[in-house]
Amino acid sequence: MPTIVVEVMPKAELLDPQGKAIAGALARTGRGEFQVRQGKRFELTVPGDELTQELLDRVREIAADILSNSVIEDVVGVHVVGRETPAGV
Amino acid sequence: MAKIGVVTFPGSLDERDAQRAIRLAGAEPVALWHGDHDLQGVDAIVLPGGFSYGDYLRCGAIAAQSPLMAEVISAANAGTPVLGICNGFQMLVEAHLLPGGLIRNDHGNFIRRDQSLLVENPDTAWTNEFAKGEEIVIPLKNGEGGYIADAATLERLEGEGRVVFRYKGVNPNGSLRDIAGITNERGNVVGLMPHPEHAVEPGFGPNTRVRMRSGVDGLRFFTSALHALQAV
Repeated sequence: MPTIVVEVMPKAELLDPQGKAIAGALARTGRGEFQVRQGKRFELTVPGDELTQELLDRVREIAADILSNSVIEDVVGVHVVGRETPAGV
Repeated sequence: MAKIGVVTFPGSLDERDAQRAIRLAGAEPVALWHGDHDLQGVDAIVLPGGFSYGDYLRCGAIAAQSPLMAEVISAANAGTPVLGICNGFQMLVEAHLLPGGLIRNDHGNFIRRDQSLLVENPDTAWTNEFAKGEEIVIPLKNGEGGYIADAATLERLEGEGRVVFRYKGVNPNGSLRDIAGITNERGNVVGLMPHPEHAVEPGFGPNTRVRMRSGVDGLRFFTSALHALQAV
């Protein structure tokens, strides 16, 4: 059952009000040295044991098409849990 | 009588108000369901406000993948007037019928206010009964209404006159260039964050200088669509 992780972050140049609110809470509790940006992590699990290039391509397509919106976000990572992600992914 | 469909998604809130606005404008409202593939022969379509799918993933993103949206996209591309209000606007950008995106308000808070807007483009299917430069007031209520797009997209929208409404007085959510609503190239698809369907009936609209709750500026969105349909 390969689990493929997709990580999405708001674009660096855009305001991230959630991250800003978290940084504000940190500052109020004496931990104001951090800037924070908040993103998303998705875990896609498929039956079977095989991890093919085709499967990873499909996940990348889903990541670009639905899991992220390229106007406001970037896909910053696609990797397989517990395995080395094959080259070219 | 012209038929205007209003699509209900799981988590839609304002579909009944939109139906009422359509009726008051003199058209027949038709309730459409997100899970169907049938637009029931409507002449125009409203995607209402609310929190479809609880705003999961991104506002409007899951609704944009629904069965009926495939039909809405085809109809929009064929010239059918489509109005996206608030969550409906978010669906239109997620469905790529309109460019740009909507992000959380810059101040981080949900906001509800009677909002002044400047009409920038009175030539769309949903604004032809306004005058260019006219100021209108309709309610605004959102948590993620900050309009953004890259510089090239903003220039194109401005150059082609596709900014339909701009916030006046207060920019309530950090939208770039005070953009409150935009249209597609053809002018049949319009999306905006404020809610015209809540300003259609005296006694229930925003306050005006004349009388409390007497604002009905929203009604002309819907009569504009009727006008556009008659002109075809």
